Amino acid sequence: MSAMLQLDNVTSAYGAVEALRGVSVEVNKGEIVTLIGANGAGKSTLLMTIFGSPRARAGRVLFEGRDITAMPLHEIARAGIAQAPEGRRIFPRMSVRENLLMGAQAFGVDPGPGLEQAFTLFPRLKERETQRGGTLSGGEQQMLAIGRALMSRPRLLLLDEPSLGLAPLVVRGIFSAIRTLNEQTGLTVLLVEQNANQALRLAHRAYVLVTGRITLEGTGAELLARPEIRDAYLGTH
Amino acid sequence: MAYALQQLINGVALGMIYGLIAVGYTMVYGIIGMINFAHGDIFMVGAFVSLISFVLLSTGGWAAGPGAVLLVLLISMAITALYGWSVERIAYRPLRGSFRLAPLISAIGMSIVLQNFVQVSQGARAKPIEPVIRGSVELWHGNGFSVSVSTMQIVIVVVTLAVLAVFTWLVTSTKLGRAMRACEQDRKMAGLLGIDTDRTISITFVIGAALAAVAGTLYLLRYGLADFFMGFIVGVKAFTAAVLGGVGSLPGALLGGLLIGLIETLWSAYAGQDMFLLRELNPAYKDVAAFAILIATLIFLPSGLLGRAEVEKV
Ligand SMILES: Nc1ncnc2c1ncn2[C@@H]1O[C@H](COP(=O)(O)OP(=O)(O)OP(=O)(O)O)[C@@H](O)[C@H]1O
Ligand SMILES: [Mg+2]
Repeated sequence: MSAMLQLDNVTSAYGAVEALRGVSVEVNKGEIVTLIGANGAGKSTLLMTIFGSPRARAGRVLFEGRDITAMPLHEIARAGIAQAPEGRRIFPRMSVRENLLMGAQAFGVDPGPGLEQAFTLFPRLKERETQRGGTLSGGEQQMLAIGRALMSRPRLLLLDEPSLGLAPLVVRGIFSAIRTLNEQTGLTVLLVEQNANQALRLAHRAYVLVTGRITLEGTGAELLARPEIRDAYLGTH
Repeated sequence: MAYALQQLINGVALGMIYGLIAVGYTMVYGIIGMINFAHGDIFMVGAFVSLISFVLLSTGGWAAGPGAVLLVLLISMAITALYGWSVERIAYRPLRGSFRLAPLISAIGMSIVLQNFVQVSQGARAKPIEPVIRGSVELWHGNGFSVSVSTMQIVIVVVTLAVLAVFTWLVTSTKLGRAMRACEQDRKMAGLLGIDTDRTISITFVIGAALAAVAGTLYLLRYGLADFFMGFIVGVKAFTAAVLGGVGSLPGALLGGLLIGLIETLWSAYAGQDMFLLRELNPAYKDVAAFAILIATLIFLPSGLLGRAEVEKV
């Protein structure tokens, strides 16, 4: 069986600067795959290239067997991929509730179950339902970004550093929410993380990205055991 | 006192028309960050579509009445909306993602195209129509003065408020309005959530043009004239209104429109009168007043009266 998401030798660039150089990544249905790498390695670029923004200069992106490389941004989203992007990108002058509703409205799905899911995963969002997105704390915004991405009932969820800037307890909450979603609903997840230790423990498989190239891949446990990973991404412990 | 009250009423009626046009400037600026310099000419097109419709209706034997006015208004909104849509498709969308000045230059080009198109097809001279809405209501009179509201002014206020009420509901309480606000706040994110942002932008132009058509129709009914250049001056004033109210703010557009309408009316009413400094002012310079306000606002209050100045985490 072919992978749910397949990046096939993808090259991506901003102007003359190449950010991805022939990257191949596969995510199978039901998997949690993590992508780790240093600042500027090209992780966010990889997630955005799946959405065609920037567009892949070479190579192909396939989702559930369809070639989505040249599709318009909104059609890629409608194909069943959602993203909680870098910087969270909460609509600052909309309430928490409206931000969540935005996640569902282009899909013609009933927002009810999505709202309930978001409020169950993150009870804090329920308390803040009418507060404006721009005035939420960083952690609350992250919860909202994930909740919003889930509103469309995506089959593939892309998460860009969900742990960034959050307290350890909140990070644990978010990681366990990801695991629960994966186990209970079969949601497939591609997770970009700096927090390599926890990400590798959570993920079924992992890739390491170094300046636009994949240098290592394997199961989470395999990569956790590799000395070069321990030195570069896990600190000394 | 009575005179002042009368001028106030006149100013409000005029300001409503500016407000309707200013909303179009502000919406487009909010969503794609450009000043649509052709918007004043869209207003002019709206006035001409109404003029032609009135002429056709009256040769067709339709007496002027509320039904005819409503029909003309709807025709004008529909056809002018098509113009607004086309302008965006032809002149702005292909330039999306190019350097910032490109759509601005294109907008000026579009403005010239529309003016010349109307000049060639309708002639360069101002075209009059027969008064359609007549009559007035006297509110007060005494010692030689009287204050009255013309039926036309009542129509202007009622139609503008009704149209803006529908528009406000659309923006705040419908999915389309939410998509428009999302595009305004973070267009790329809206796309990531499956919103067809190009379509949303098109709809924004359509709505803005329809509002300008309402303004054009009311202006035509009020002043009885349309000419191919009318969109320029009125457009600049409406643009000033948008800037004064705070570009991007919808209530600000109406507020700015009312203020500009009032200032212009009061200027022509009082400038040159034999009082205090007023005798130094020339009533013919009422248009200059609008430009002066534009410049002063840009220098001293760039975010406008109701513009955003809050702190946001993004
Ligand atoms: N819009 C842009 N224009 C130009 N260069 C960009 C742009 N976005 C990213 N880059 C460059 O592309 C490279 C990869 O950036 P990217 O954001 O993908 O890194 P990242 O792995 O997500 O880093 P981080 O962990 O810091 O988020 C970097 O060198 C960055 O400077
Ligand atoms: Mg990044």
